[in-house]
Amino acid sequence: MSSINVIVFLPLLAAIVAGLGNKKLGLIPSKVITTGALFFSCALSWPIFLSFLGGHAEASVTPVLHWVKSGDLDFLWALRVDTLTAIMLVVITTVSFLVHLYSWGYMSEEPDQPRFFAYLSLFTFAMLMLVTADNLVQMFFGWEGVGLASYLLIGFWFRKPSANAAAMKAFVVNRVGDLGFMMGIFATFLVFHTVSIPQILHDAPAVLSGSTIGFLGYRLDTATVICILLFIGAMGKSAQLGLHTWLPDAMEGPTPVSALIHAATMVTAGVFMVCRLSPLFELSPTATSFVTFIGAMTCFFAATIGTTQTDIKRVIAYSTCSQLGYMFFAAGVGAYGAAMFHLFTHAFFKALLFLGAGSVIHAMHHEQDMRYYGGLRKKIPLTFFAMMAGTLAITGVGAFEIGFAGFFSKDAIIEAAWAKGTELGHFAFFMGVFAALLTSFYSWRLVYLTFFGKPRWEQSEHIQHAVHDAHGHDDHGHDHAHAHGHDHHHHDEHSDGTAGYHPHESPLVMLVPLVVLSLGAIFAGWVFAHAFISEGTGEFWKGALVYSEHLIHAAHHVPTWVKWSPFAVMVTGFLIATYAYVVNPAFPAAFVNQFGFLYRFLLNKWYFDELYHFIFVRPALWLGRVFWKVGDIGIIDRFGPNGAAWLVAQGSRGAVKLQSGYLYSYALVMLVGLVGAISWVIAQ
Amino acid sequence: MTGFPILSLMLLVPLVGAGLVLKANREQARLIALIATLIDFVLGVVLWMHFDVGGAQWQFQERAALFSGFEWKLGIDGIALLLIALTVFLMPICIGASWNSIEKRAGEYYAAFLLMETLMIGVFTAQDLFLFYIMFEAGLIPMYLIIGIWGGADRIYASYKFFLYTLLGSVLMLIAMFWMVNVAGTSDIPTLMAYNFPVHAQTWLWLAFFASFAVKMPMWPVHTWLPDAHVQAPTAGSVILAGVLLKMGGYGFIRFSLPMFPEASAQFAPLVWGLSMAAVVITSLIALVQQDIKKLIAYSSVAHMAIVTIGLFAFNTQGLEGSMLIMLSHGLVAGALFLGVGVIYDRLHTREITRYGGLAINMPYYALFMLLFTMASIGLPGTSGFVGEFLSLMGVYAESSWVALVCTTGIILGAAYMLYLYRRVIFGDQKNADAAAMLDLDKREWAMMVPLAAVVLWMGVYPESFLAPMRKDIAALEARVAPAKPKGDAQLKLGVAQPVGAAAHEEAAHGEAH
Repeated sequence: MSSINVIVFLPLLAAIVAGLGNKKLGLIPSKVITTGALFFSCALSWPIFLSFLGGHAEASVTPVLHWVKSGDLDFLWALRVDTLTAIMLVVITTVSFLVHLYSWGYMSEEPDQPRFFAYLSLFTFAMLMLVTADNLVQMFFGWEGVGLASYLLIGFWFRKPSANAAAMKAFVVNRVGDLGFMMGIFATFLVFHTVSIPQILHDAPAVLSGSTIGFLGYRLDTATVICILLFIGAMGKSAQLGLHTWLPDAMEGPTPVSALIHAATMVTAGVFMVCRLSPLFELSPTATSFVTFIGAMTCFFAATIGTTQTDIKRVIAYSTCSQLGYMFFAAGVGAYGAAMFHLFTHAFFKALLFLGAGSVIHAMHHEQDMRYYGGLRKKIPLTFFAMMAGTLAITGVGAFEIGFAGFFSKDAIIEAAWAKGTELGHFAFFMGVFAALLTSFYSWRLVYLTFFGKPRWEQSEHIQHAVHDAHGHDDHGHDHAHAHGHDHHHHDEHSDGTAGYHPHESPLVMLVPLVVLSLGAIFAGWVFAHAFISEGTGEFWKGALVYSEHLIHAAHHVPTWVKWSPFAVMVTGFLIATYAYVVNPAFPAAFVNQFGFLYRFLLNKWYFDELYHFIFVRPALWLGRVFWKVGDIGIIDRFGPNGAAWLVAQGSRGAVKLQSGYLYSYALVMLVGLVGAISWVIAQ
Repeated sequence: MTGFPILSLMLLVPLVGAGLVLKANREQARLIALIATLIDFVLGVVLWMHFDVGGAQWQFQERAALFSGFEWKLGIDGIALLLIALTVFLMPICIGASWNSIEKRAGEYYAAFLLMETLMIGVFTAQDLFLFYIMFEAGLIPMYLIIGIWGGADRIYASYKFFLYTLLGSVLMLIAMFWMVNVAGTSDIPTLMAYNFPVHAQTWLWLAFFASFAVKMPMWPVHTWLPDAHVQAPTAGSVILAGVLLKMGGYGFIRFSLPMFPEASAQFAPLVWGLSMAAVVITSLIALVQQDIKKLIAYSSVAHMAIVTIGLFAFNTQGLEGSMLIMLSHGLVAGALFLGVGVIYDRLHTREITRYGGLAINMPYYALFMLLFTMASIGLPGTSGFVGEFLSLMGVYAESSWVALVCTTGIILGAAYMLYLYRRVIFGDQKNADAAAMLDLDKREWAMMVPLAAVVLWMGVYPESFLAPMRKDIAALEARVAPAKPKGDAQLKLGVAQPVGAAAHEEAAHGEAH
């Protein structure tokens, strides 16, 4: 049994044991089993990655079980390992292990912990199945499996109506994307007579060049149809413009979940898919243009919304959405290596930001609104340093080949977009640069609102609750509340804005993951940039994705102003944020007064939710009622069975006496009549 | 096994059981019924084990002349085998579901169930046209009684509606059968399956059979009996109705319409597609606004059965095998969902969605099983629901991308109404004290849920066990319909020569070509 089997199936086993054992198993055993399983998976994944990094590993496929054979459709459960998978393996298992560990502290007051840890491990299994898929259907299995885990984890606090709504929304919106994915698989099978990914990629150039296909009554380029359908799936899972509405709502889930699923791993599945199928996408310039456009639009649009949100997790969620946009337009312009590199670095610094935010929320008694933070720098210093590392990484601080993780990957993407040389490439470049400005702004805004300035805690209901509870009479444990500040005795001094509340630094199990991820956010770019994105890395990728030496060369020789523009906007964003939130704190309010319309437009997230509610949700319910009350009852039943009944009743008034009213006699008469009729006909 | 009349024995066991329970008291009756159905289940397992996969098309054949031209002619192929297996698997579970909930006239109740089992197995084993017809129609009678006597408050209306709908179809089918026997000179089903009826006659024959099968299936717009029947039927009645009786329509299409009238089937394929597309969208939307749990699942059944019909009328291997798998999967999953409704109905005596809520708190294992079956219902890969749905839709894509697109929206709408149901019943906070006080599954309920869950996962992870027995029969059927099969709309054009019409569409393709 090769190690990949252990890596993939150990989390599943742990999930089953912890999930079914649940409370009978006990809190500690279930946590030890799941976290231990992930530790092993993680420990086995790194050697695989390092051997690919060292260039002495070959792609392999480990068959597990036959799955479906129907006519010439035939596919297995199989585990594929190549460079692309190896990268995803370390990202998934590392972040997942750290999130498991972190949850020991973050979820410590939660009575339902076995269920939580079982879901986390189940998610990890599904994600691993996705990235090790050797055929499109297994990828779809993982795709939907992570969707299920995401649904369960967003709705983990299932008593909360908002959590339930968010969970359902995530699943259903993802299903819209899955519709595209499924149609894409159908079209692929129709064209290639196989769903095996290597086979498809091998045959694609010969089969697809110049080929056309009928689709919905139109005759279109085959590669374009297939790629765009599959990409719609990617848009759903990776929350791209139009299908992004579920991601911010998904923040209803516990924060470790947001770090694992909605930042580091699941939402990057779409990027992974495009990279995995890059030889296919390269055959359709229309599809790659579409990918570029959607990616560029998303990175810009999500960043604009991120600037106005006040919920700390939502800011990071929109930031994730925006960063995913970068990855997609990188893939769209052909810089698949840069897309994967950003996926890799982003996993570390975004998981770090989420877990850091979780630590802040933990310290602030489940308050998530940044308007009620402030001045936390000295209270929770380790969390502050971790968040700083994350912020420096996401804003891409660095110059002259030295910098934080995001500096290497984001700059590589922006340069590649310019180097592509097409108009759309330039469009993506400008969008990317502008989004980088906004990224820098909202990231520093988050830091200033949270860690700097004076405490504004007293306005928070959560904090008041905590203070009240601490001095209150009995701790009638309301759910999920962490009681802090028990040791506090002087609560009459409220003028400092603290309401007498004392935030505490998180426990060690939460700080260790923060430290590890901080190291990732600081060094991941510098250490791995050479392998992922420098010239001559074809031997690292070994054909796992399309690697264009030419594009990388061009990206390294873009004009100086192109090279420096991300740096310039990063500094500009920092300066604006510093001015608005440190130097002149009255500025944001003045801005809002001046540009109220723009502010409301951004605050309300471009009104996507309202729009969708108006054009999809309400009509669906209305149509359902009409089809039911008018269609089924008013027309079909009325003129069908009820009408017939009425006719019979009118015509059979005289026959009433014959009817005994017993169902038996009807049945018997019916059967006897039937047999009699047939006998009569045959006997003739 | 050759020569041993195992099929007759499988018909006989429940029949004898029915006779025994008729006058027995409640405790005896349910025990006898359970034993009889378990014996039949064991026989079913023996049957499957001795079925020669890839061997002769018709196996375990028996024949004996009866009065006035009737012939007792039995035999099965892989398709029938699977449906028989489904029947004998579900029957003991139905008896279990009735264990405590049936109090009045229990003897007669179990007799009706056992009789129905005989008739259902009879439908799938009959090789004589009229034997099939009698089984097919008589199978309704026990169901009619079960709804009419042991049903809910509005049972008379529901059973009446059920009866009226199915009667209409069956009369037309009977007339068509007479004509066929006259022309072909035999009532032997295997012979008829290879008989080439004149094309113009096929049209009428197809329509006559369609009238019956469409109602049974049920297809939109002749589906309105199903929600009422389900709502009024006792739990076990719903399980067997959704589990097996609906499959008779699909079986009819596979056994009669497609092989006997291939040209007419191809000719009417657009009609079937149209009705199926309408069913997927319309009944899914209706399911979205239901307040009654059983009605919601009943409407979802109509939507799922529509995917069966488009798979059948895709005329290719994936479509046909997918349809068979959906039928099996839906039998298990819809059965399990109705069983789940029965579990809480037994405790609270209401099917009103709003009366429940927060069941995950007091019934965690129940919540887990329902999650599995809900996910199977919406076709999550790894469960039985996915494989069939995926194959069916893939099959029909080769025929028409429009049909595939519209029917695939079923995965979105299906997720919406099922998760909405799950959210209101299982999730949320506890709203009513009596619902909050309900106990989790007891041993009897575990014993019913576990086998269903196991098979649902088995079929999702390793469907080969279920695909292998029917592979050869489906291939034969595909070969039979292939000559008439309509040309798909994809019309893939390979290669360098760019068609004139396409040049305008894509600069992309243009670039590639030069």
